[in-house]
Amino acid sequence: MSIAANSADWLPVVFIGLMGLAVLAYAVLDGYDLGVGILLPLGADDEAQRDTMIASIGPFWDANETWLVLAIGLLLIAFPAAHSMVLMHLYIPTAIMLIGLIMRGVAFDFRAKAAVDHKLAWDRAFKVGSLLTSLTQGYMLGQYVMGFQSGWMAQLFSALSAIGVSAAYSYIGGAWLIMKTEGALQSRAIHWTHRAGRAALVGVVAVSMVNPLVNPGVFDRWFTFPLVMFVLLVPMLCFFAFAANEILLRRLPKLHDRHCWMPFVNVLLIFVLCFTGLAFSFYPEIVPGKLTIWQAASAPESLSFIFVGAVIVVPLILAYTVFSYWVFHGKATQLQYH
Amino acid sequence: MLDTLVLSRMQFAANISFHILFPSITIALCWIVFFFKLRYDQTDNPVWMRAYRFWVKVFALTFALGVVSGITMSFQFGTNWPGYMEKVGNVAGPLLGYEVLTAFFLEATFLGIMLFGINRVSSKIHTLSALIVAIGTTISAFWILALNSWMQTPAGYEVIDGVVHPTDWLAVIFNPSFPYRFSHMLLASGLTAAFFVAGLSAYRILKGDTKQAPRLALKTGLVLAAVLAPLQAFVGDLHGLNTLEHQPQKIAAMEGVWHTEKGAPLLLFAIPDEEQKTNHLPIGLPRMASLILTHDMDGEIRGLNEFEGNHPPVKPMFFGFRIMVGVGTLMLLVSWAGCYLLRRRGELPRWMLKVVVGMTLSGWVALLAGWYVTEMGRQPWLVTGVLKTADAVTPVLPANVGFSLAMYLVVYAILMWAYLHTLKVMALKSVKVEEFETAEPAADGSLANPTSAKRPQGEYA
Ligand code: HDD
Ligand code: HEM
Ligand code: HEM
Repeated sequence: MSIAANSADWLPVVFIGLMGLAVLAYAVLDGYDLGVGILLPLGADDEAQRDTMIASIGPFWDANETWLVLAIGLLLIAFPAAHSMVLMHLYIPTAIMLIGLIMRGVAFDFRAKAAVDHKLAWDRAFKVGSLLTSLTQGYMLGQYVMGFQSGWMAQLFSALSAIGVSAAYSYIGGAWLIMKTEGALQSRAIHWTHRAGRAALVGVVAVSMVNPLVNPGVFDRWFTFPLVMFVLLVPMLCFFAFAANEILLRRLPKLHDRHCWMPFVNVLLIFVLCFTGLAFSFYPEIVPGKLTIWQAASAPESLSFIFVGAVIVVPLILAYTVFSYWVFHGKATQLQYH
Repeated sequence: MLDTLVLSRMQFAANISFHILFPSITIALCWIVFFFKLRYDQTDNPVWMRAYRFWVKVFALTFALGVVSGITMSFQFGTNWPGYMEKVGNVAGPLLGYEVLTAFFLEATFLGIMLFGINRVSSKIHTLSALIVAIGTTISAFWILALNSWMQTPAGYEVIDGVVHPTDWLAVIFNPSFPYRFSHMLLASGLTAAFFVAGLSAYRILKGDTKQAPRLALKTGLVLAAVLAPLQAFVGDLHGLNTLEHQPQKIAAMEGVWHTEKGAPLLLFAIPDEEQKTNHLPIGLPRMASLILTHDMDGEIRGLNEFEGNHPPVKPMFFGFRIMVGVGTLMLLVSWAGCYLLRRRGELPRWMLKVVVGMTLSGWVALLAGWYVTEMGRQPWLVTGVLKTADAVTPVLPANVGFSLAMYLVVYAILMWAYLHTLKVMALKSVKVEEFETAEPAADGSLANPTSAKRPQGEYA
């Protein structure tokens, strides 16, 4: 069959696209709920605010995490060779990340059901778990960009990336809270978002500078005329979004809570742009410097089997995800838990 | 020194054993919770709503544990068994992928609506969400069991250059052992959840709960168990026949048949001896094993001697199987006795309540025993006839695997304690709640929660 004959060429491209979608969706969606976890204040009289913060992510966190399962699943389905290579290099950070995910996932549920005097302990676990997850994910991103080198430079860069990603998650988490809360908590969230945004900016700039320096291929790609004109648009837009947010955050909250959703949209834009930048740097390599998507791809029979399913199911997933956000629109404090 | 292979096997066994405890409850509990809600919608009787509220909380907690341990599972293949994915990834990948696409998103999204949306969507949509979550958990079991069964009895594939390529997806999914394994597992989940519900309700009644809801739940659990237990024995028997056809060495180990024999006895007890290739202290029913497995008193059963060096360890298989069937028999007796007593007296006597409490987690015992039999029975193969376990393991250093294993074990021990403790706290809390009907929600479900006056925001159900 002719379709089958060249399907080995285009199927990997489709799947890297799907995987990109899953990773981006994960970074944004679990990003905001991890961020909310990182920002959780642990003071004795913050309990009501903690309740609201956690209520704001309650209906979503499980589905958010599922994007990670999909991303890792797609990597495994479509690019098994890359899957093995990446996970073997990142064995220990992966294990620690999983512990973090476990801690926050269960703390979330236990806190509401455990004896009252244990609640704060579970809240701590929630915060620590969120932080652990973000830090390890950032570390892994750093390692990935550095092509899994183990020298001190690579470690330093990965550490920086760990902090950067945690800051970025706090940034989007704070923006989520501005949108979903009001009153005193919202004011706090504005303050948090402000600070997290600056830290995230430093992180983004650092990654963008180091990446082309350590990966010559990346450098060539970004700084070759005439593409350079077009691709420099990405960092520029990114910078504008940061600046716009900076100005906006100073003016919030406005009367009648106008524009409370704008910081989130801005940060979303920043996430999309950063992701585009990274994707542009590496495509079509799936493990930088080691494997391209075609070298790592699995058999066309397998890819086309899951492709058919994905074409049908992914739009459905997007539809009911939108439905669920529509059901829970508005301020989290209005949520009634029954 | 423990090597990476042994450590990885221990880690996989620890992780999946921990994981399966929670799905085994949630798969069926979700249907039970849906049933409570549906009955409430139909009858408007607030007792159903109360039962729903308590059990949906238990469900949410159990589900959360299932999710986090499941996420760990999905990384295991890559971190510890790269050889598995390289060799059979073309089959395993898409099956796992379909599970994520068709089940996990569905469960996770509608779980949010089911747990938090009662005031935000109509009662119909809410009930529908519970139904969708239940369907989602069942679909999830479908895919993962398709994969697991395929590993036991592979079909629909060819090997090209040492790598498995699928040739017929329907044959892959509906491989020879799949129908049995899937139905056996769903029934196992039904029984686990039934005794879980009955046991925890009996505990509440014993602690002085005089309300209707736990009685209703107790009855639901017992009736469900009474129906499912005989079905399970029947399906289990068919399952065994199927295994005899495809993995005769497994049955030989399960039954402790050392030498091929005609008219083999059904051993109720014995101590298999791997060295001398014989059973000590056998107590058995003459010729019954042949009757059950071949439907002929004098039927021939192939013994372990025919699979020299290629059969699984006998002792754990032999005892594991007996534990499972033993617990299954006990479940049958207890559920039937319970239903009988309920019919005769309308209430269970205290001693019977205690028996039911004792059975709360019996499903876990049978289920783990069953899985261990199945999985160890496949050794030394990882995928029968295609890939050996030892060839799939990761080249990661043993120290790293040891580190992750130790970390998981500590976390799991804490979580298990917290889970059981929290269940107890929840049960005792609900005992103390007075039965004031006014606290029940109005039709729109907008009234306060009966379990505590000043309820923290984040609590649900
Ligand atoms: C027969 C049932 C069954 C079995 C054998 C397994 N699972 Fe499972 N799994 C479920 C039944 C289930 C479930 C019923 O769908 C879960 C449990 C938590 C929950 O309650 O949903 C779930 C959750 C769950 C999740 C989280 C889903 C989410 O985010 O909602 C993942 C990633 C996995 N599982 C992965 C696995 C893997 C890789 C397995 C095998 C090696 C595995 N499960 C065995
Ligand atoms: C859900 C209940 C399950 C339990 C309790 C269970 C238990 C076990 C145990 C005890 C082993 C180790 C056997 C030995 O080394 O002697 C094992 C091995 C394995 N099982 Fe399962 N299993 C379950 C389900 C599954 C499923 C659904 C899959 C895949 C789809 C799976 C894949 C594997 C693999 C890849 C191994 C190889 C590692 C090894 O041999 O240790 N298992 N399992
Ligand atoms: C009462 C009589 C029962 C019989 C005759 C029976 C039979 C069997 C057989 C023959 C197997 C192994 C099949 C194989 O490995 O190929 C098996 C596995 C298993 N059993 Fe049972 N069983 C019974 C009761 C139960 C009960 C009560 C439970 C749990 C509540 C249970 C849970 C399981 C599980 C989880 C497995 C592993 C998964 C599978 O292979 O389906 N069984 N059973």
